[in-house]
Amino acid sequence: MVKDKTKLYDKLLNYALPIILGIMILGVIIIEPSFVSIKNFTNILSQASTRAILAMGVAGLIVLQGTDLSAGRILGLSAIVSASLLQDINYAARMYPNLEQLPLIVPFLIAIGIGVFFTLINGFGVAKLKLHAFIITLGTQLIAYGAALIYIDRPPLGAQPIAGLDERYTNLVKGAFKIGNIEIPYLIIYAAIIAVIMYFVWNKTKLGKNMFAIGGNPEAAAVSGVNLTKNIMYVYLIAGILYGIAGFLEAARIGSATSITGQNYELDAIAACVVGGVSFSGGVGTIPGVLIGSIILQFINYGLNFIQVNPYLQIIVKGLIIIVAVSIDVRKYIEKK
Amino acid sequence: MSEEKYLLEMVNISKEFPGVKALDNVSLRLKKGTVHALMGENGAGKSTLMKCLFGIYKEDSGEIFVNGVKMHFDNPKQALENGISMVHQELNQVMQRDVMDNILLGRYPQKGIIVDQKEMYEYTKKVFDDLGIDVDPKAKLGKLPVSARQMVEIAKAVSYDAKILVLDEPTSSLTQQEVDHLFRIINLLRDRGCGIIYISHKIEEILRISDEVTVMRDGKWISTKPADELTNEKIISLMVGRELTQRFPAKTNVPKDVILEVKNLTGKYQPNIKDISFDLRKGEILGVSGLVGSKRTELLETIFGIASYSEGEIRLNGKAIRNKDSTDAIKNGFALLTEERRATGIFGGLNVRFNSIIANIDRYSKHGVLNNKKTKDDTNWVIDSMSVKTPSQNTLMRSLSGGNQQKVIIGRWLLTEPEVLLLDEPTRGIDVGAKYEIYQLIIDLANRDKGIIFVSSEMPELLGICDRIMVMSNGRIAGIEDTKDLDQEKIMTLAAKYL
Repeated sequence: MVKDKTKLYDKLLNYALPIILGIMILGVIIIEPSFVSIKNFTNILSQASTRAILAMGVAGLIVLQGTDLSAGRILGLSAIVSASLLQDINYAARMYPNLEQLPLIVPFLIAIGIGVFFTLINGFGVAKLKLHAFIITLGTQLIAYGAALIYIDRPPLGAQPIAGLDERYTNLVKGAFKIGNIEIPYLIIYAAIIAVIMYFVWNKTKLGKNMFAIGGNPEAAAVSGVNLTKNIMYVYLIAGILYGIAGFLEAARIGSATSITGQNYELDAIAACVVGGVSFSGGVGTIPGVLIGSIILQFINYGLNFIQVNPYLQIIVKGLIIIVAVSIDVRKYIEKK
Repeated sequence: MSEEKYLLEMVNISKEFPGVKALDNVSLRLKKGTVHALMGENGAGKSTLMKCLFGIYKEDSGEIFVNGVKMHFDNPKQALENGISMVHQELNQVMQRDVMDNILLGRYPQKGIIVDQKEMYEYTKKVFDDLGIDVDPKAKLGKLPVSARQMVEIAKAVSYDAKILVLDEPTSSLTQQEVDHLFRIINLLRDRGCGIIYISHKIEEILRISDEVTVMRDGKWISTKPADELTNEKIISLMVGRELTQRFPAKTNVPKDVILEVKNLTGKYQPNIKDISFDLRKGEILGVSGLVGSKRTELLETIFGIASYSEGEIRLNGKAIRNKDSTDAIKNGFALLTEERRATGIFGGLNVRFNSIIANIDRYSKHGVLNNKKTKDDTNWVIDSMSVKTPSQNTLMRSLSGGNQQKVIIGRWLLTEPEVLLLDEPTRGIDVGAKYEIYQLIIDLANRDKGIIFVSSEMPELLGICDRIMVMSNGRIAGIEDTKDLDQEKIMTLAAKYL
């Protein structure tokens, strides 16, 4: 009997996050039954998509015992640059009035290049200069923000939102597959593809295993012949690619970009990781966890809005959920004495 | 000219750190198919020598030959690629990952870009079967007991197909049976023509397993002799540089009235201690023996209030008490010297004074402000009465030797004026000379009517200084006997009673 009890307890702990998500969904449905609709479901998922892509990048750095404060601003800069290069040629207030219509791939690659440029600086700081990730990314956060402000605030337009985006660009992101009556936004599909690739990298490749080993015990990895610098740089490189992609998608999702785009996204991404069971002490975490974490956070925004909870109260609820979810999740690892 | 028969020659290695000559013209020659013991007190330079071999340090002068060919490694990876592997004293493992991930860390087999899990499992299974190790390759490493982790680490080192294997204190957390198992593995490797450098403080083991013994002292080479020409005493005098007439000080303590009674103590989260009953007298040293996993540490933690119990009673001086946490325990007159000094004992980056007063901090503060003079006086008392060798009170704890760190910790606890001292492996990783001083300290404490519970994996020291020995087996008491009625064999039999 006692044994069954502890087993049930362990099982509950193991599935705590999906259970929390389930309870929240159930709660919202009870209060407002009309919540059950495919539209709401796909809305939440597509809003969570860019955040989840960002969070998957940050998650690898947290597994390495690090963190990333610069992710949001890097996303912002990528978004601004992507948007500025893909304004509709007939739009009056273009940043580059004489720019011809570019193939989508060009700004896409530039966005990734921006992401990679900054995360490689972060990686170099961590792996070579031996700075704590908190410090170096605090620095690059400011640098990326400053760069974004300089980029956006100049003649002829001054610091105003970059809007009037090319339809090809917005359709690429906001368009949707139709299966019968169901519309699945492309954005969800992009996030899903990236999640599958990241799952593969984390679980099936040498790089993934090395990442967990370095995060779990860097010294053990070093004496076993793992090249720490190289592997850390690769993990940061991947993060940069993801930030760039997320920035490119985010501008189109919103329909414009400003110097505020991406602000505090890094904190949402970090929150999604820890809610999803990525441990700050390193070496522990899963891609499905990060996805669930991202969805939980997005659900709080969307679901509470739907049942018309005071928006200020929503922020408080979000804070509470982070604390509750993580305190339940860490029970798994606390040794009982 | 180096001869072919040497697998490894390290010739005239010198290494200087600022202010210290860590290695002074040290040479070591390892023959094929032999076990070469490397001995010396802590700080003698054994680890530094090995770090030079693995390229973790770069020697100032000297040469290294592998199979007669001059070599120099820049990092451990190069050494591994050249057939030299090492089991480090501090286990370097990734607790969050499974066993096979650890075994193949840094050399995962791949199918295209995918890591081949099946191959990993089979390879690990094969290595374990070959060595007779019974561990599931898919088990999470952090869930395994220390001894199993140690065997995994040894298997890993062997699996590099190394011709030269360095074992640094490999038996520190192994039971007698596991040590026997390790020695069978070592003999197997020796028969296959490997050369093994075996670093250990345990002289009995060295004499049992090694062919040659090199002794170092103060960074200098002292002697290299065949093991069968050596005895316990000879090795000690070579290591210490003087004749140590006795390994244990004379026992002068006399047990008096009962101070601590433990009745039917059972841990809350099983597997743990079960139905433990014993009593402890003032002025008595009660030894606790048992295999790794026999829950000796858990017993101490339960008494000290940092592990919970569901049944049983603890009485101090006839009065029932319950330590809810360590603060309670300290107030009630208990002191716990923890097993893993580096992890849970010292504050390495802080100075000797901080380390001396931390368990007693309430007594130095008035309205939350520390009284500087009092803390300095008490630290001086610790340094003097424990004869701690330290340049000053401001010296960082981690720069002291293991023995001196341990003395500071014992001193730290004495400042709390405890009545019952719980000592968990107090001499682990401490050199012979310093061990004697720790034994003397323990006997002195008993002379001052403290009750002492002394947990140790080294049976000779339990037999050397305890009044009675309690043997634990699988969480239960297998027997409590007067030391004079016991020997190593009897202890081993008792330790296996409930397996």
